[in-house]
This record gives sequence, C-alpha cells and structure tokens, in this order.
Amino acid sequence: MSSKSLKYLTGPLSSDNPVIVQILGICSALAVTVQLKPAIVMGLSVMVVTAFSNLVMSFLRNGVPSRIRIIVQLVVIATFVILVDQILKAFVYDVSKQLSVYVGLIITNCIVMGRVEAFALANKPWASFLDGIGNGAGYAMILIIVAFIRELLGSGSLFGFRIIPESWYIENGGFYSNCGLMLFPPMALIIVGCIIWVHRSRNKELQEK
Amino acid sequence: MGLRKIVDNLKPTFSKGGKLSFLASTFDAFETFLFVPNTTTSRGAHIRDCNDMKRTMIVVVVALIPAFLFGCYNTGLQVGLESWTAFFYGLVRILPMVAVSYIVGLGIEFAFAQARGHEVNEGFLVTGLLIPMVMPISTPLWMVALGTAFSVVFVKEVFGGTGMNVFNPAIVARAFVFFAFTPQMSGETVWYSTWKMMGAADATTGATALEQLATTGNMQWSPLEAFLGFIPGSFGETSTLCILIGAAILLFTGVASWRTMLSVFVGGYLMALLLKVCGLFDYPAYYHLITGGFAFGAVFMATDPVTSAQTDTGKYIVGFLIGVLAIMIRMVNPAYPEGMMLSILFMNALAPLIDYFVVEANIRRRKNRVKTVK
Repeated sequence: MSSKSLKYLTGPLSSDNPVIVQILGICSALAVTVQLKPAIVMGLSVMVVTAFSNLVMSFLRNGVPSRIRIIVQLVVIATFVILVDQILKAFVYDVSKQLSVYVGLIITNCIVMGRVEAFALANKPWASFLDGIGNGAGYAMILIIVAFIRELLGSGSLFGFRIIPESWYIENGGFYSNCGLMLFPPMALIIVGCIIWVHRSRNKELQEK
Repeated sequence: MGLRKIVDNLKPTFSKGGKLSFLASTFDAFETFLFVPNTTTSRGAHIRDCNDMKRTMIVVVVALIPAFLFGCYNTGLQVGLESWTAFFYGLVRILPMVAVSYIVGLGIEFAFAQARGHEVNEGFLVTGLLIPMVMPISTPLWMVALGTAFSVVFVKEVFGGTGMNVFNPAIVARAFVFFAFTPQMSGETVWYSTWKMMGAADATTGATALEQLATTGNMQWSPLEAFLGFIPGSFGETSTLCILIGAAILLFTGVASWRTMLSVFVGGYLMALLLKVCGLFDYPAYYHLITGGFAFGAVFMATDPVTSAQTDTGKYIVGFLIGVLAIMIRMVNPAYPEGMMLSILFMNALAPLIDYFVVEANIRRRKNRVKTVK
C-alpha cells in the first residue's frame, strides 16, 4: 500500500478525526456508548456504511448530475443502512434491540454524508473506499474509548463482565459506588470534551492562536 | 514586621530568574493572602474602596460561621448526643470533609494557575467551605473529593477561572454527587451518621422534614424546632436562624444583594401560598421557607455575585423565579423532595439572558423619552 493510501486510513484516526476534530456524529456517540458492545457494533456499522457508500458514489460520480446528487447519495446510503440493519437483526439480535433506532439513523449521520459529499465525489473508488474505512475507524475509536469509560465507571463492568468486585460496594459493606451520572448522555458529552481537550493539547497544529 | 521580612527575603527566589521561579504564582497566592498587594492597576479607575476580592470572600466565610458551628452541634444531636460532646462529635465529622474539599479544590486551582501562568484566585475560599456544608454528613470523603474536582475543573477552570463561571461551583459539586451517587445522597438512610464514637447511637435513620412533608403531609418537628434547626438535613442548611444571622452580616457589610435574598423568599412564599390554595398540601405555607435548603440557598447561593444577575431589576427577577421554581419542584415533581439546588442552577443559566433583556428595555425606554422630548 502506498504512503498516500495509508494516509487515507490513518489521517482520520488522529489529526482529522471526524468526531473530535470535525465534531460530526456527536448525537449517536452520546446515545450508544453506555456499554462497550453496542458501541463497537455501532462503530463497525458506520464504518461499513461509510466505506461502501463512498465506493459506490465514487463509481457513479461522473454519471450523476450535480443537481440531484443529494437524492442519489441518500438512496445509496439508505440501501447500505438497511442492509446493515437486517444483518444485525439476523446475527446479533440483542445488540440490535439495544441500538434500536440508532442504526436506522446512520442515514442522517453527518460523517457518512460528509465523506460522500467531500471526498467520494472528487476521488477514485479505491481511495474513496479507504477514506470511508478510515473515517469509520476514527468514529469507532472514539465510541470505544467513551464506552469503555462509561461502562467501567457507570456499571463496574466491561462487555457485561464484572470488573469491580461486588464486595467493594457500599451496599455490601465496602466503600465504592458506581457513578450513576455516567449512564446519562450529558456525561458522554463531557467525556468527549475531555478527549478533545487532551487531543488538542497534544497536537500543536490544531490549536488556534 | 517579622512576617513581612520573611516574605521579602523569599521573594527573589520565586521572582523571574530565581531558582523556584516556576512556582511564582503559588508564592504570589500566599503573599497576597497575608498582605494586601501594593500594586495598582495601570489604567482606568483605581480606587473603589479598601475592599478587594480576598476581604470580600473572608466576609462570606465569617457569615458562614454561625451556621457551621450550629451544624457541628446538630450533627451530634441527631445521633443522640448532648451539649459539648455533640458539638465535638460534629466537629470531628465535618473537619475531614472541609479538609478534603480545600485540598482537592485548591490543589487543582494551583495546578491550573501554574500551568497557565496566572495568579491563583481566591474564589475557592468560600466554595471550599460551602461544599461540605451542603452535603449530608454521611457522604464518603472520596465522593466529596470527586464532586469538588468535577466542579472546579468543569465549572470554573474550563470557563476561565474565578469570576468566569456560569454556574455556582458549590451547587454543581452537590448536584454532581447527587446525580452520580443517588443511593448514597437521598432517601432515608443518609441523614445520620453511622460512626460509633463518643457513645453515639449506631445507624439511626429517619426521613428529613421535607420528605415527611412530601409523603405524609406533616412533619414530626414543630415549626420552631425547624426554624432553630434541630432537624436532620445537610450539614449547614438546618438552622434558618443561624443562616439569617449570616445574612445580616452579609447585608451589613454590603457583600450580598438584599434584592436577590428578599425576592427569593417572596417568590418561594407566594408560590407556596398558591399551591396551598390549589390544595396540594395542608400545612402552613411558611413551612417551606424553614425546611430543607431553602434559606441556605437564598442567602449564600442565590446571591453569588458571579452567577446571579448583574442588574438590579434582573436580581429581583432571578431571585423571584428561584423561589418559585424551588417550591414548584418540591411540590409538583415527586422525584425531588428538595428543589433549591436545581432551581438555582437553572436560574444561573438564565441570568445572563435576563440581564440582556433588562438592559435592552432600559435602552428602549430612554430612546422613547428622547423621542417624546423632541
């Protein structure tokens, strides 16, 4: 893989991250990150949808009149979202239940539309596909970090397995208590804020004068 | 003066070029804590009066002392102790909380001041004392520490430090602990201590006056007891009398605004009367003013000069709405027997908007006056 195509993959992970630099896709990042498992599934779904929508739109880019391109993009994206939704229902039904409407709402996820509009319409299919994978991975990465913190501190478990021993809890004579605020969406926003804070203070080129 | 000499001798070490110059802002904080700084602002108005922010804060701390001392006594009283034993029991319980709140809060403030290279601000002197006073005495110390850290970082430092915060840090600390650790912060088990010490009864529990009012429609204490403060509740909030003494100190020195204070009480009382007329409860309406955190919030929280409204008319409006909302949350929302914390936070958020409309209305009125004169 050439260094240019590698950049399509690694750029969105850090300096061009869709969530913490472009501030896109925040709503679903707050909604599905109470536990790790749904967060990972959601991240993968967005990655698949972004990558294949990019690929298809890149193939079609010279044939679609620019006045109706948004409609065409929506049809393509919606097709993949429905495919993903059906696959989730078939193979991981309980997670699909937990994610509820948020899988369907990938259609309106700004990252998908943004990448198709900004990248796929001006680049070749292979580059567009890699860009979709990269941006999906950047989104998934933030979701996983947030969900890790929220599930560990909010429920004392990871992937549903108990990490913090039962005997630590106040009800059982210990000293510890879960942070109930972690289960509410506002706390996810604060965690995303903290990630942005750390990320910006480590990347000089992102800081405004 | 000996102390002045010691400070002057140390100064070169911390000034530019000295060995410990990276600790300059820490040194500056301690120096201005001990002595009034001899520097003046370089432009604009220089003198208002001899009061600066540190002295203002000290006045608030002094005003908190009556409620603090009574809180110590009442804490012991509620676990079945008497006179001095009760007082010392309470003192031993509250001092670790005060220490934790100051160490964590000041630690973070100093760290931020060092990292950003500005002076340490003195706002935390009051906040650090307010935080333990609005918590139940049985709150574990690490929760106090977490609440303090959260409020100092996300309410003060993120917005730019003392004087820039949108919300009152002490209330945010309480709100954080309340929502994060709801089982430990509400219900019937929290209001008493579970320490076996100095002969205290073990784990006595019971509902607060507010919860009794909400569930049974009456309380087991007389209004006089509630006014004097011999009821269970958060450490500093029980005695309306001691809080009013604090209010007198604040008003006499001109530190707090009487407009806010008065309108909170008026708003709360009118709303309670209204709900009584509607038939939501049978006990006298003034019960609401002497139970729970109403008086404490009205005197020490709502009057916070940073987060309250800045205009005089705005202060009336904000205070009135705090009172109205507090009673409304208490009576209409069954999930929260206490509404003072939420209503103050809500009005903190709205205060700048109210100020804006007050200023706009003033401009419009004066413009109209100019037109009519012509």
